[in-house]
Amino acid sequence: MQKLGEFKLPHFFNYPPYFTLQPVRDTREKQVQLWKDLILDYCRTQKVFVIGLEEEFPLFSNPIIGRSLTHEAREAFLSALVADGRAEWMDKGHRKCLILWHRIQEWAEILVQFARDNGLEDGVVTMEEIRFGTESQGTELQGIDQTILNRALKILEQKGKLVVFKGTSTDDEGVKFSL
Amino acid sequence: MESKMIESSKKPNTETEEVKSTRLCRDFSLGVEFCHSQSPASPMSGNFLPPVQLTASGRPVLQRNEIECFYLSSVDLISEDEPTTIPFPNLKSGLLILTSHRLLWISDSSSSEITGAFAVPLAAISHIFSHKKSIKSMFASPRIRFQLSLTPDGRVSGHGLRSVVATIVLRGKGDCDAFLTKFWENWRARAWEDDGPAPGSSSGSGFSSNSGSAPASSGIYSSDGTVRMVGVAGILRKEQEMWESTDKSLQDAFQDLNALMSKAKEMVMLAEKMRQKLLSGSTSQTNASNDEEMGTKEEMQDWLLSVGIISPVTKESAGAMYHQQLSRQLADFVKVPLERAGGIVNLIDIYCLFNRARGTELISPDDLLQACSLWEKFDVPVVLRKFDSGVMVIQNKSHSDEEVFTKIKVLVMKPDTLRAGISASDAARTLGVAPAMAKEHLLSAESKGLLCRDISADGFRFYINLFTEIDRDDLHLVKDHGIYATWVRANHAPQ
Repeated sequence: MQKLGEFKLPHFFNYPPYFTLQPVRDTREKQVQLWKDLILDYCRTQKVFVIGLEEEFPLFSNPIIGRSLTHEAREAFLSALVADGRAEWMDKGHRKCLILWHRIQEWAEILVQFARDNGLEDGVVTMEEIRFGTESQGTELQGIDQTILNRALKILEQKGKLVVFKGTSTDDEGVKFSL
Repeated sequence: MESKMIESSKKPNTETEEVKSTRLCRDFSLGVEFCHSQSPASPMSGNFLPPVQLTASGRPVLQRNEIECFYLSSVDLISEDEPTTIPFPNLKSGLLILTSHRLLWISDSSSSEITGAFAVPLAAISHIFSHKKSIKSMFASPRIRFQLSLTPDGRVSGHGLRSVVATIVLRGKGDCDAFLTKFWENWRARAWEDDGPAPGSSSGSGFSSNSGSAPASSGIYSSDGTVRMVGVAGILRKEQEMWESTDKSLQDAFQDLNALMSKAKEMVMLAEKMRQKLLSGSTSQTNASNDEEMGTKEEMQDWLLSVGIISPVTKESAGAMYHQQLSRQLADFVKVPLERAGGIVNLIDIYCLFNRARGTELISPDDLLQACSLWEKFDVPVVLRKFDSGVMVIQNKSHSDEEVFTKIKVLVMKPDTLRAGISASDAARTLGVAPAMAKEHLLSAESKGLLCRDISADGFRFYINLFTEIDRDDLHLVKDHGIYATWVRANHAPQ
């Protein structure tokens, strides 16, 4: 089995047509589906939150068979993710894509769960602690993208579940839960 | 004998005919040429041609229903025959008026010799010679010759046994060909026969001679007393002669280019009429048209096509005979190239081959397309087929896509092709067809979901479609038996 870092690649990753955008409708549907799943899988396990289309994203090329996705193909597959609500374009030029293997809502729920798990229903915690603290080690929150975290916090804030307050610097940004 | 001035012709035209004619007689001592004379005239007296009465201003007095058609100035009316007993007058330099009934020659007031006005009744003309152009005629004044029939005593008559050839010499600027055309038409039209039966045998106003010397131009009775056919028979005869005239008209048109140019307008109208007929015929009848009509219509279409006019009825009908014949010929021709090319050939290749074989009578791409599209109406073993990519091919009816797909499937499941896929040229070799054709087959196999394309620096290749074999829910699952497994095995086998 081929690996990309720690990630186990499926067999069809070596299937050359996989890297050519298929014109036939049914075939294309299947192809897009496989790519969506693969991308999400990879990003989840490798904690990739942002994909830059012009950058070297390892999933988009297979040096063994000498194939890589064209820009058009990349955009096509990522747009499919965006349409599913599983990704968001970060710019109008579609150069950067925010991958949401968890939807923002899901992230919000994870945060709530995190607070509950750690007795922080009324507690205060910094952003950094959420992202890199000991409590989040081994959880999905570990290494979460700042943008995503902010968005999730915003939702919760609107629901009144917490309050975000700014400290003297970014490091001091914190959250007061009130679950 | 000398001729005299015709003074009376300048008098006002108010008197009755009887009075007029007697006065005429009285005014001349010679008198013979303009009177009710039955006696033979002396050679140069000119009673040969009946005279024409003129009005005060010199205009000819026309008969009932007579219409003026053509004017020519500076015209001589002479006879080039031997002037033995035939006393044809030498009419020089006059105005020639062609009417529906007669040829009128009116002298110029300035001319000498013979003055006055004379008529040649068209009824007395037995033949008009066609105008043959020659080198000589280019430099001389145009001449028109016609044959007049005469009675034994030398008078112009419709039923005479003798004849003389008269010549019209056009010394003026008139259009000879146009005149000749009109002359012919009027002569053929026989308008004088349409005029209702006139009492007795006199021929209407202006004529001062009676039946004895004058040709009967409008009367039930002809000059020798027998009843001339008018009424229904006359109409029928006229119809007949109209057809003959059209027929001759068509013949003339196509022989003489000059005449064609002048007839061009008629031709266009004729063709337009036919076209209208074809169009109206095709829209009014659906399937119930009888065979005869269809046959005539097809003939018309052929005729139109042969003169370069495209038939307006194309898609609805089975096509003109030309295309039908071409279609069959083409079907026969393509048999050999098809066999050589494995049952499928590019249309462009056929176009080249066919035209090369024909040599001279090349066909246009349009003709080829038409011919091919007609095949579905006949029972021929070939069809024209258009691929999704727009490429058009000719293939055997027996050629089945399924067969080709089976062959392709076998080909792509081979270990080598499982690893590397196939290109159009690879397929061409296996299928025995041209690479372009092979590519079309591969593309149509792709559209059926049999193959997948792989475009890279290595080129345009096709693989067996694995996407259908991959489990959505378990990306890593490879079923034990199946194409996917085979493929995996092939790719992991040592090279």
